[in-house]
Amino acid sequence: MSHQDSSAIELRLLIEAIYLKYSYDFRDYSGASQKRRVLHALHQMDCTSISQLQSRVLHDPDAFTQLLQYLTIPTSEMFRDPTYYRALREQVVPHLHTYPSLKIWIAGCSTGEEVYSMAIMLKEEGLLERSIIYATDINPQSLERARKGVYPLERMRAYGASYQLAGGKGAFSDHYTAAYESALFDRSLIENVSFADHSLATDSVFSETHLVCCRNVLIYFNRKLQERALGLFHESLCHRGFLGLGSKETIDFSAYAGAFTPLVKAERIYRKVAP
Amino acid sequence: MTAPKKGRIEALVIGASAGGIDALLRILPGLPEVLRFPVVVLLHVPHDRESRLAELFEQHLPMPVLQAQDKEVLVPGTVYFAPPGYHLSIEEERCFSLSQEDPVHFSRPAIDILMMSAADAYGPALCGMLLTGASQDGAAGLAAIGKAGGLTVVQDPADAEIPTMPAAAICLRAPSLTLPLRDIRALLATLETM
Repeated sequence: MSHQDSSAIELRLLIEAIYLKYSYDFRDYSGASQKRRVLHALHQMDCTSISQLQSRVLHDPDAFTQLLQYLTIPTSEMFRDPTYYRALREQVVPHLHTYPSLKIWIAGCSTGEEVYSMAIMLKEEGLLERSIIYATDINPQSLERARKGVYPLERMRAYGASYQLAGGKGAFSDHYTAAYESALFDRSLIENVSFADHSLATDSVFSETHLVCCRNVLIYFNRKLQERALGLFHESLCHRGFLGLGSKETIDFSAYAGAFTPLVKAERIYRKVAP
Repeated sequence: MTAPKKGRIEALVIGASAGGIDALLRILPGLPEVLRFPVVVLLHVPHDRESRLAELFEQHLPMPVLQAQDKEVLVPGTVYFAPPGYHLSIEEERCFSLSQEDPVHFSRPAIDILMMSAADAYGPALCGMLLTGASQDGAAGLAAIGKAGGLTVVQDPADAEIPTMPAAAICLRAPSLTLPLRDIRALLATLETM
């Protein structure tokens, strides 16, 4: 840290303070993006320095809740990277059919777009009723929005196009009800979804699973935290279980590289190798 | 422990937009075959499309040309291209990181984000170059490099296929050098010694 200026020191102190006070551990997040998001929050929350923000966050839990919305990255869309979902459908679903019951973990589910995408795919493949989906995130507000399953109607056209490209078998609009400017997703899709607060940085494995999807979450972590998260996925996955990552995420440089084999390399879909 | 020699370039970042492929094809072959520092290129391309820039430039350059990957450590002598659809940053540890924050100036990846993070990571040991483009992106990033004491180079707007981007950078903060591509190419050959 040869060029460390005071704002870099303030940032570290803020992250440490958040950990000590609220047990949210952002200490092993990638620094550059974290700095941008804190500076953005600073501006939005009318603070003049990170130290001032730290003081507010320490003394006012509501201010922390507000800051948390900036620290987490609620960017998500349905059937993001349609080729990934198509690969899941064509290459993973046939294996999933062989299990009498299924457990799927969507780690870092944010506002739920991936959860509904997964549920729609499972429903069309006749697997939804025998599946339990664990949808986890560290941001309670995101989880609440995920539970509601209400998204802006204007996005449905783009999502519908992705759904088709992802190999959707029906009409996308069959899965939601349009009301005013919103699309309310079918409640039956999340009947077996358990939304839960879970941190890849501090919590441990809670269930054995057959498929773990964690997309565009690991990029916000440093190597050490990426390893921790991959370790949790490895521990959670059953014998020969499946792992799906984001399109620019890889386990190639990880200590777990040998513990998984690529099933669809281009789509970052891996399978746990037999021990 | 000895501090790096003052003024030594430890990384080069280049931002370009419309007209950028031709401009890069003209200047990058000016790089010496054996490079002491890494080069990171961010060229705006339509998103949602797989970029083949690294493959394209590999044909024209003698050194390794790669698409930057998340948490990959920057290796001297390598030219990296930013992948499409993600912001590209350089961490203090001098590795890349990708992110999906909102686009900046309608761009993801954004030159501003790359250059600001690179300025944090390299301070005065960084050279930033901004070439042709129809965007405002890169002006703030290049200014950050300048403020950190790095060397900033802007393509002469009169020489640029699209002058908007270099002109915006010059307007925000006077760069160390304003040069046509021909001279930027010549500069690349001597950057090692600066």
